[in-house]
Amino acid sequence: MYGAMTTTAVERPAPGGVTEARRRRVAGLGLLAALLVVVAAVSLAVGARALSPAEVWHGLVAAPEPDQRLTEIRLIVRTVRVPRTVLAVVAGIALGVGGALIQGYTRNPIADTGLLGVNSGASFAVVSGIAAFGFTSPFQYVWLGFLGAAVAGVVVFGLSSIGRGAGNPLTLALAGQGVTVFLAAMTTAVALTDKASLNALRFWNAGSLTGVGFDVIWPVSAFIAAGLLLALITLPSVNLLNLGDDVARGLGVNTALTRTVGVVAITLLAGAATAACGPIAFLGLMVAHVARYLTGPDYRWLVPYAGLLGAVVLLVCDIVGRLVVRPGELDAGVVVSLLGAPFFAVLVWRGKFKSA
Amino acid sequence: MRADGADAAVDAKAEVRASVAPGVRFGGVSFVWRPWIAGVTLLLAVAGFLVFCLSIGVGDFPIALPRVVATVLGGGEQVDRFVIMDLRMPRALAGLVVGVALGVSGALTQSIARNPLASPDVLGITSGAGAVAVFLVTVSGGAATAVVDSVGLSAAALAGGLGTGLLVYFMAWRRGIDGFRLILIGISVNAVMQALTTWLLVTADIRDVARAQAWLVGSLDNRSWEEVHVALWSTLALLVVVACVAFQFKPLHFGDEVAAGLGVRFGAVRAALLLCAVLLAGVAVSAAGPVPFVALVAPQVAMRLARCPTPPLVASGLVGALLLTGSDLVARTALPVTLPVGVVTAAIGGPFLVYLLVRANRR
Repeated sequence: MYGAMTTTAVERPAPGGVTEARRRRVAGLGLLAALLVVVAAVSLAVGARALSPAEVWHGLVAAPEPDQRLTEIRLIVRTVRVPRTVLAVVAGIALGVGGALIQGYTRNPIADTGLLGVNSGASFAVVSGIAAFGFTSPFQYVWLGFLGAAVAGVVVFGLSSIGRGAGNPLTLALAGQGVTVFLAAMTTAVALTDKASLNALRFWNAGSLTGVGFDVIWPVSAFIAAGLLLALITLPSVNLLNLGDDVARGLGVNTALTRTVGVVAITLLAGAATAACGPIAFLGLMVAHVARYLTGPDYRWLVPYAGLLGAVVLLVCDIVGRLVVRPGELDAGVVVSLLGAPFFAVLVWRGKFKSA
Repeated sequence: MRADGADAAVDAKAEVRASVAPGVRFGGVSFVWRPWIAGVTLLLAVAGFLVFCLSIGVGDFPIALPRVVATVLGGGEQVDRFVIMDLRMPRALAGLVVGVALGVSGALTQSIARNPLASPDVLGITSGAGAVAVFLVTVSGGAATAVVDSVGLSAAALAGGLGTGLLVYFMAWRRGIDGFRLILIGISVNAVMQALTTWLLVTADIRDVARAQAWLVGSLDNRSWEEVHVALWSTLALLVVVACVAFQFKPLHFGDEVAAGLGVRFGAVRAALLLCAVLLAGVAVSAAGPVPFVALVAPQVAMRLARCPTPPLVASGLVGALLLTGSDLVARTALPVTLPVGVVTAAIGGPFLVYLLVRANRR
């Protein structure tokens, strides 16, 4: 942050190169989408009970039959595999887009989706809900978690918007850290005094895609869809904001409005994803950097790439988690860090990434 | 990393002020006399000492502040001497030393990384130590028990933390250390260690989880003089090294090219200071466990109190000490339940940082 300003201006390619670059980016996006479909199909087939493609297909489309084996397959596919695959895609997109956006808005390359207090807010709400009201079902956790995430996000943004320095990226990042720190301490305090909360907290912290049905996934997806819509609207302005506030204002951007919409979008995306799966750290940060490496600093391309990458990575990690410790499972959040981080570190070491 | 407008402005203002501030020269050493920074630092030192003495005086056998001060400074009665020097001093001193070590370590890390969100936590020391400790606590029996019995949990965790720190350092080394690469690698290693910790906690027995969680927060309970001696002398030695190199430290904030132009061997200076930051954080972990957030918050608070554009080393250490000692005092007196000091440092440090930000914005 003490370093020189890096311009975000896209280099102007030679005439004719523009369409070439665009074609490449669209092709890449198509490739990622195709990859996502393939991985999702694999995700339906792989697990404690491996299914053949024919069986998966049958489970997806067939009507109920008296045959015992087929009914079982139908049950596995519809109530276990499909929900967790859908959740992985939805949450992955949300965290990927959220990670790219938070780095854009704070102009800090180590910002993660948890920075606005979203993860710690959700954890605190869940833990206090368990300690105070004895909640036990995931359905109750989810809404508490979302509420906590949203409140934390609003508080952080509110605090950073007081006074003249409103919306200063550094203030936003540090206010987020301050609130995160406070909420994490409160969470620990509750967990250390209440054993039931501690027990729930350790599972919640791992970040898992299981145990959530469509009764949770649909509403969560609705919030994420709203967040995505807001995010897409602000993308062109994020590019300009990264030129510095003065320049952006001079070019006609309403900086305060753009920031507010952006923070609301990030809170919706990260909050809903965290509420449904627990805090999945590192995913947003990682895919934002990989996406920036693939597309360059133009957020109109970077953000869709980050979203698709997020979904692919989360799905792959979930599949790996089902396979490595059979018959048990590793939680997706743990696998994301264990598998993604070394991979990411190698890319960093090879000098693939630029700061913001 | 992008500089934001506000900071650049502060930077520029500080430079203007510096150009009119009088210089002081002792032989080969010269510095600029800035009354505000000196005053704030002095106030922090006095406040730190008072809280330290207050913390010693509080307990089952309360001792009034003047008597504590007298005893600490070498006088005092026989009874007071016993209670203070033998019973309470180790804990209080541990808090002081850990606070200073974390504050300075944080200031160094944030300066080297040139990022206010960086801290030794990001360099993997705390998460590495945490993963090792949780492993030893939750995987009972066999080699783990043998390790704990022979060297102790703290020492084993310290080894894990330093090992992780050095791993980050060497992984980030590629024709020199670059701040941006360092923190990204650090975050990656950190993520791996935290994932391991989470996984160990998920698979462990709930009773072990409670013990592990308590260790993960950081605590000053039951310190002995031996532990404190080790921490105290290693911290002092490291601070001497930092003080010797620190005169070459300021130009690093302007970037490598400018620093090289000003005659700083930035590669060597940065490597030395980074190693000091890692070791200081390691000392803190060994003495109190991974107390969170002090290293992140203290430099930022010190910067805003001293009105510096960059984290001031001395003031950061003092803020760290004040934060830790004060939190320990609060944890022991004001709360209805006994909580480890790490919970209170975070509960006080976080909101105070936010308050300073809001106040700075309203001005």
